[in-house]
Amino acid sequence: MERVPILKIGQTLFVSIQIDLQDQSVVQLQEDLAEELVASRATGVIIDITAVEIVDSFIGRMLATIGSISRLFDAETVLVGMRPAVAITLVELGLFLEGVRTALNAEQGLRMLNGRS
Amino acid sequence: MAELPIDSGDDVVRVRQHVRAAAADTGLSLVDQTKLVTAASELARNALVHAGGGSARVEVATSATGRAGIRITFTDAGPGIADLDLALTDGWTTGDGLGLGLSGARRLVDEFELVSKPGAGTSVVVAKWSR
Amino acid sequence: MADFLRTNQAKVLDRWCEIVSATARGRMSPDDLRSELADLYGLIVGAMSGAGVAESGELRSALVALSRSRARSGFSPSETALAVFSLKDAVFELIADSADMVAEYLTFSRMIDDLGLHTFEAYAATREEIIKQQSEAMLELSTPVVQLWDGIIAVPLVGTLDSARTQLVMEKMLDALLASGSSHAVIDITGVPTVDTEVAQHLLKTVMAARLLGAQCTICGIRPQIAHTIVSLGIEFGDIATKATLADALAHALRSAGLKVVPA
Repeated sequence: MERVPILKIGQTLFVSIQIDLQDQSVVQLQEDLAEELVASRATGVIIDITAVEIVDSFIGRMLATIGSISRLFDAETVLVGMRPAVAITLVELGLFLEGVRTALNAEQGLRMLNGRS
Repeated sequence: MAELPIDSGDDVVRVRQHVRAAAADTGLSLVDQTKLVTAASELARNALVHAGGGSARVEVATSATGRAGIRITFTDAGPGIADLDLALTDGWTTGDGLGLGLSGARRLVDEFELVSKPGAGTSVVVAKWSR
Repeated sequence: MADFLRTNQAKVLDRWCEIVSATARGRMSPDDLRSELADLYGLIVGAMSGAGVAESGELRSALVALSRSRARSGFSPSETALAVFSLKDAVFELIADSADMVAEYLTFSRMIDDLGLHTFEAYAATREEIIKQQSEAMLELSTPVVQLWDGIIAVPLVGTLDSARTQLVMEKMLDALLASGSSHAVIDITGVPTVDTEVAQHLLKTVMAARLLGAQCTICGIRPQIAHTIVSLGIEFGDIATKATLADALAHALRSAGLKVVPA
């Protein structure tokens, strides 16, 4: 089972999802991220899904959950790089991910995180 | 035509990849490919999680109006769905009836047919055609 | 019957050409007409004797081609079908006295009827294809995306917002957001004639899709007439900013982007 690597740069954790993830891997990511947030005291998380071609309801809900978990540790999460086709499919599914902050790319996401503090 | 087993999380990923390749070959637009694969992912996961496993048959087909496309049949021998109306409730704004992602998947495809009876498993046939 | 047609080709073909050219009204030269009918004649006889899939396939393609070329020359589909039907008249004149050909003639007649109808179907199918292409072109044309400013795009909607247009709008808008790196989109619905709950849902979908790509949306162009409909239908735009004019929407977007316009 693939584990998604988590990078720490400054006060921000970077997660770049590169492959077609199995459900278990996403759940594992949630756990790993929670652990890392506690260990690193990071204040921001960027989840880059530029390379992700499919986001179904399970993965979508997991991404939203990651946002909520981060908030528990006083960190803000930004989901970046969603592909147009994925966004169109998600809204058709009725999954608006309303509690999740989003940005076009990692650069804009970082600006958003830094602007906040 | 391919018959794919759905007995693990990896199988669900394999179904996604297979459907994606087949859809691309048939000339479906990128958005339509994404919708079909996403629907397939929902249905494959249903079979795994709610029925303990099943299979997916992916075939290249032609619509009644002569358009090329993909038809996928998901079958499982699980407990079946007792309340079909509830399961298919269009939960666009309120969330889906039984959390089965069925109404969502239905919105993503051009044709959707569900046959299920308690104790007799479930069969879902979906199709998406090129424009 | 096939043999009869082969043996009497010259006579039948001549008579057929005569009948058809009476209605051609100069739209086709006599030579072109003759060669067109001669080819068809050959294929019909071939299909009758051979009864193979190849022969009948060739015949049907020839009929489709005939239908298209005649439509281009200004013949109505009925005229084209009648041209095919009149082969029956030409044949009948020659066998009117032979009682033993009656049964064969009946079969032959039905076959020609079928062929004539086939030209009509081909005509209809061509029209359908043209209409489809034109409506797709219209859909594309009426969905422009404009860069208003650095980071701000505008999507002026013209015409009814149905699910087909919504799909196209979403695709174009999201691609534009990505390509321009924009974080704001102004959706101008001045050109949308009616806003009912369905249209409102489409708008909502569009706004939510933009948000998933990190962009804020402002809806503008709500005309006084439709404002009343929106309120009475109980449609709530929630936290989506709505402005009356494009100018207001631009000002709002600039403000959100942290920009200010100051005198030079």
